[in-house]
Formats: sequence, C-alpha cells, structure tokens
Amino acid sequence: MALRPFAISTRTGVSAAALVALLILAALWAVLTRAEYGSGLGPAEWSAIHFTIVQATLSAGISTVMAIPVARALARRQFAGRGLLVTLLGAPFILPVIVAVLGLLAVFGRAGWLNMALAGLNLPTISIYGLHGVVLAHVFFNLPLATRLLLQAWQTLPAERFRLAGQLDLTPRAVFRAIEWPMLRQTLPGTAALIFVICLTSFAVALTLGGGPRATTIELAIYQAFRFDFDLSRAALLSLVQLVLAGSAAFLALWIIPNISIGGGQDRPHQRWDARGGVQRLVDSIAITIGALFLLMPLSAVIIRGLGGLLVTPASVWQSAVISIGVALCSVAVLLLLALPMAGWIATAKRGSVEAIGLFGIAASPLMIGTGWFILIHPVADPVLFALPVTALVNALMALPFALRILVPPLRDTVQVYGRLSQALSLQGWPFWRWVILPRLRPQIGFAMGLTGALSMGDLGVIALFSAQNHTTLPLQMYRLMGSYQIDAAAGAALILLALSLGIFWIFDKAGRAHAQA
Amino acid sequence: MLKLERVLITQGNFSVHADMTIEPQKKYAVIGPSGAGKSSLLGALCGFVPMVEGRLTWHGRDITDDAPGVRPMTMLFQDNNLFPHLTILQNVGLGLRRDLRLTAKDKENVERALCRVGLTDMAQRMPGSLSGGQQSRAALARVLVQGCPLVLLDEPFAALGPALRNGMLDLVQQLVTETNASLIMVTHDPKDVARIADEVIFVAGGIAHAPQPAKALMENPPAELRSYLG
Repeated sequence: MALRPFAISTRTGVSAAALVALLILAALWAVLTRAEYGSGLGPAEWSAIHFTIVQATLSAGISTVMAIPVARALARRQFAGRGLLVTLLGAPFILPVIVAVLGLLAVFGRAGWLNMALAGLNLPTISIYGLHGVVLAHVFFNLPLATRLLLQAWQTLPAERFRLAGQLDLTPRAVFRAIEWPMLRQTLPGTAALIFVICLTSFAVALTLGGGPRATTIELAIYQAFRFDFDLSRAALLSLVQLVLAGSAAFLALWIIPNISIGGGQDRPHQRWDARGGVQRLVDSIAITIGALFLLMPLSAVIIRGLGGLLVTPASVWQSAVISIGVALCSVAVLLLLALPMAGWIATAKRGSVEAIGLFGIAASPLMIGTGWFILIHPVADPVLFALPVTALVNALMALPFALRILVPPLRDTVQVYGRLSQALSLQGWPFWRWVILPRLRPQIGFAMGLTGALSMGDLGVIALFSAQNHTTLPLQMYRLMGSYQIDAAAGAALILLALSLGIFWIFDKAGRAHAQA
Repeated sequence: MLKLERVLITQGNFSVHADMTIEPQKKYAVIGPSGAGKSSLLGALCGFVPMVEGRLTWHGRDITDDAPGVRPMTMLFQDNNLFPHLTILQNVGLGLRRDLRLTAKDKENVERALCRVGLTDMAQRMPGSLSGGQQSRAALARVLVQGCPLVLLDEPFAALGPALRNGMLDLVQQLVTETNASLIMVTHDPKDVARIADEVIFVAGGIAHAPQPAKALMENPPAELRSYLG
C-alpha cells in the first residue's frame, strides 16, 4: 500500500539546514569581503594548489590500490584475530591525527624504529618530512578506511557465486575476473574519490610532516598567512581557492561515494572453495601481515612511549584534557540538534538534493569557516574568547555529513515500516520522535555521537587559528609540546588524547547499543 | 454511519470505485481476488490512500481529508501493528495517550484490556518475547482501549495457524460487540464470512460493490463471485 506522504514536520529540519548554510555562507561572505583579487595568485599559492592535488591523488591512489590485496585476504581467510583486526581497521577514522603522526614519527622518523634498523644494517636512512611523509600519514589513515569499504563490497557478493565458482573449479585468476573485478570496478572509484576529498582539506598532517614551500597544502597556507603574517586578504583568497577546489571535488564525488556502514556483518567471511593453493595462501598472509603491522606499529609506539611520558606530563596537559572533553561534548550536542531534524527532513523528502547540504561541511574547509568567523568577530570582540565555541561548532559541522550518512537510511526505513501505524495512532511531532524514531535509531545515534565526539576530541584545525596561549585544547597543547621538543611530555599527552578519543567513542557507541531491541 | 459517496481510489495504474454506506454495529467482510483493491479500500477509509474523487462522511461530516489519526476508526495491518522497542503496556497505552503520560487510571484501563484479551501480567513484556498469537492479542487490546466506532482489519491474523486464527476472530467479534463498533475485515476465506460477517463487500473488476447480506450472497453468488470462490 502506498503511503500518503508522511509528515515529519519539515520546519525544524529546514531551519537546521538553513542554520548550517548560514554559518558557512556568513564565513564565506566575510572571506569574500577581505580577499584581494588584484594581486591574484602568486607562485606560493600555485605551489600550494599543486602540492594539495598531488598529495591527495597519490594518497587516494596508493591507499586504494594497497587496500585491494588486504581486503581480498580478509574476505577469503578465516583466522584467529580476524574480527579484532577488522574492528581495528575502524580505529584510524577516530584516531586524532596528531597522535597518529607521533606514532608514525616513532616508527618512520629520524630516530624511529625503521631508521635504527636501517642504520644497524649500514643502509641509508630515510626522512619522513615532505611529500612522502604527508602521503605516508594519509595512507596510514585511509588504507584501513579503503580496506573496510572494499571488504564491505566483497561481503555483498552473493555466496552462491562463490559456490558456483567452486563447482566449476575456477582458478583464482578466473574468480577474480568473473566475480571480484566487476565488483571492484564499481567500488574503487567511489573509495578513491572519498579519500581524495578527505585529503584535499588535510591540515594537521601537513602542519606536522609538511611545511616549507614544497610541501604546503592550501589549508596549511591559510593557517600560515593567518598566523605568521596576519595577512587576512591572502588567507581569504586561499580560503576561496580551497572552497572551489574541495567544493567541486566533493560535489562530483557525492554521487559515487559509498555508504558508510555501522560495521555489522563484517565478521564472517564467505565460505570459499577457490584460492586454496599455497601461493594464494602466502600472498594473503603477506598482505594481512603487512597491513596489520602498518596499522599496529605506530599505535603500539604511541602506547609504549606514552606510558613513560605520563610521568613528565605537565599540569597544563591535564587542564587541556578537561577543556577538550568539554569541547567534544558541546560538539556532540550541537551535532544532535542539527543532524536529527535534518535527517528527519531528508529521510521523508523526495530523494536528492537536500542531502547535499550536509556535504557543505566537507566542501567548506574548517579553516575557511574559522577565517571567516574570525573576520566577523574581530571588529566587535576578541576572537580568542570565541576560540572554543567556534571550534566546537566547526567540529560539529565537519561531522555532519558523516552523521547524516549514518542516520538517514535507518530513519527512512523506520518511517517506511512504522509510519502507517504511527499515523493511525496520531503520533506526530515530539511524541513520534520520542517513542518511535529515537528508540529505533538508538544504535545509529550512539554511533554518530561517538564519531563526532572522537573527531572533535582529536581535532587540530580551527583551534590553531585563534587560540589563547594557555587555555586551549589537548591536540593543540600536544602540538606545542612537540614543537618545543618536549617529546616525552608530548608522548604522554598523546596517550591521554588517544584514550579520550577512543573512550568517548566507545562510551557513546556502547550506550547506543545497550538494551537495543529487535 | 460512514458514507462513501462516489469514491474513486487510484493507486498506480489501477483504481477502485466505491459508493456505499457502512451501518453502525454491523460486521462486514471484504472479499475479492488478489490485487482487486481490498487493502486499498481499507487504506482509503483510514486515510492512507488518497481518494481522487468523491467524499467520505461520518454522520454527515466530511472527513475525506482528515488525517488518519483523527478519523473515527482504527485499523490492524497485516504486520507491524506493535512497536518492537516499546513494552506491551506502552504499545497499548499509545491508544490512550500519544505522549504516553499514562495516569494510574489509564494504566488500569490498559491492564483491564490486556486481561480481557488474555494477556494478564504481560504488560511489562516486549513484543519480541510474545508469540504471534499473543502479539495479535496485544494489538487487539489497543483497539479495545481506543474504543473507536469502526474497526478495520486488513488480514492481521494471516500468519497464524487455523485454530489460532479462528480464536482471534471470535475474540474480535466479542470485542466489537462489547464496544458497539462496526467491523470491516478483509479475508480470503469464505468460512470467515460465514463465521463472522453480517454483510459482504465484494471487490472485483475495479468496483467495490455495495454490501449485501452475507448469507444470501454466499448461498447464491453472482457469476463474478462464483468464479472467485471456485
């Protein structure tokens, strides 16, 4: 039976979307008023644009290609710890960038494990700074993401096809060509596009591992123009470039970016009858080992060094930790107030364009929004006073597209299945949210809250633009410790930050799943 | 009484005409071939399927464009009659108060209804922990507390076994008699008609025929109905 168009009141949803648009457009307007076009783009700007595109392309390409053997191995092998490894693949997504960078430095840095091994073998050492360092860090973050997305696609292949392949005794090469490649051809572009867009607006990685005229992203250039030269017009011009670049890429990618799954159903591989030979076994073992080591070594380095560093952690770190928790909780609250009404609106609207509003969050770079609001606040008040609220707000906006992708599909299902009954019982407005949507979407809401909390907790972005010397968030505090070569204290701060990020995610996600009803 | 005046219901590329009166305290069976529009007819009465032409009146008042929740009727669907995340008490309580702020008296009402349908002491259970028959009973308890003058059944017991189904139909019959409600139920089974219905609405060929006395019609069916009954 076709449903009469079901009315979740669209007013709140439209207002929330309008508010999001307003926050971003106001920043954009402020930026536009200050940008000076006369000078145009100088060589430094062109080099930033060039570097941004090159590193994003390399990061997307390498992550995606390397993910294929790892995902394939995970899809067709059953081994002890497989479930744990698949879960860990989700970790980089909520891992604070600055923490991961510290871990990567411990492994690949000047005095890192790899260089010590190379030196021991009398081989030339490598440097992690510059283009390859930035790409390495991006691959560290996005290889697991790509692996999960591909694994998800592998899992959607019907089991019957592998049964048929087993019956026909197809060679691994034939299985790949007949079953796996057609699936990959559909999935790879979207995966690569998503990573490309994520890397375009990369800031913290470039801040720590890049820099200098040859390894500066646009986002970093905005920061430098702002922080070092206090050249608002140049920062504004760069923001505009970033908006056009990231915005158009995000807009094009919207149509091919895959859905973000909540992670269920990835714990069981298909029963397979192909790839039983020794060579395939060896290839898969190598892929899984390298993939796992690449993921686990930096993480273990953070924990090992952090435990020692906790002893020398200054009080300012603990103070910042408290501030970060507050900022993260505010972000979560703002996100809920924006995302839930918007999801309700999107889920009941005729498909399409409204979902793009959530994408504003990705398209508009955090530093552009930050710059814009700095310009707006500057004449009337001291922007430093607004550093934390603006950070909380921008973090919520950054998480919004992900939250919408998580919330909209189950909300659409809920309305489909229970809309009729709710209408018959006259459940509308708040009672409908209270008694139907919120309880039905509890796991997804918890997941979205956890994701937002973790992203906000670990974010080193807009806070770097205008923050006071002492009163600041933990990621920035940690960055300052690294900058002043207090490596042990920074390692201690990294461990605290890691625990806070994973902890806030775990608590919200767990609370969402607890008492989940069928 | 409920009046359908020259009503046209359209869904996709099929449509049903209906022009009839539903009398108070009578029991109607809606029969007809699959896809003829039985569910659409009930959906239109309840306000889920729009009427393209004609009007629907209740005691002379036009309710054609009223929202489903404010119409003088309640309907049990083929499935999803209970919210799986709410207790039986809450599910039934929604029939009384949509904000679920149940007073002691409301709770008493719910308990009494649950008792009446044979679900004593089940108030705190979740629907998932109940059998299919018990879930149907819980939905009926909500119908009971709502106390609407019209009860519509769109084959809610289709998934139950024959004995259980007959038990549920008997219960429905008792409940509508107790609340002085009219009953309109979709069915595929001529035995249901004999068991429960005063009148039959035969839906076929794009027309929902006006109700006719059940006994006479089933004993001497016209050609179209005969070919359906086989």
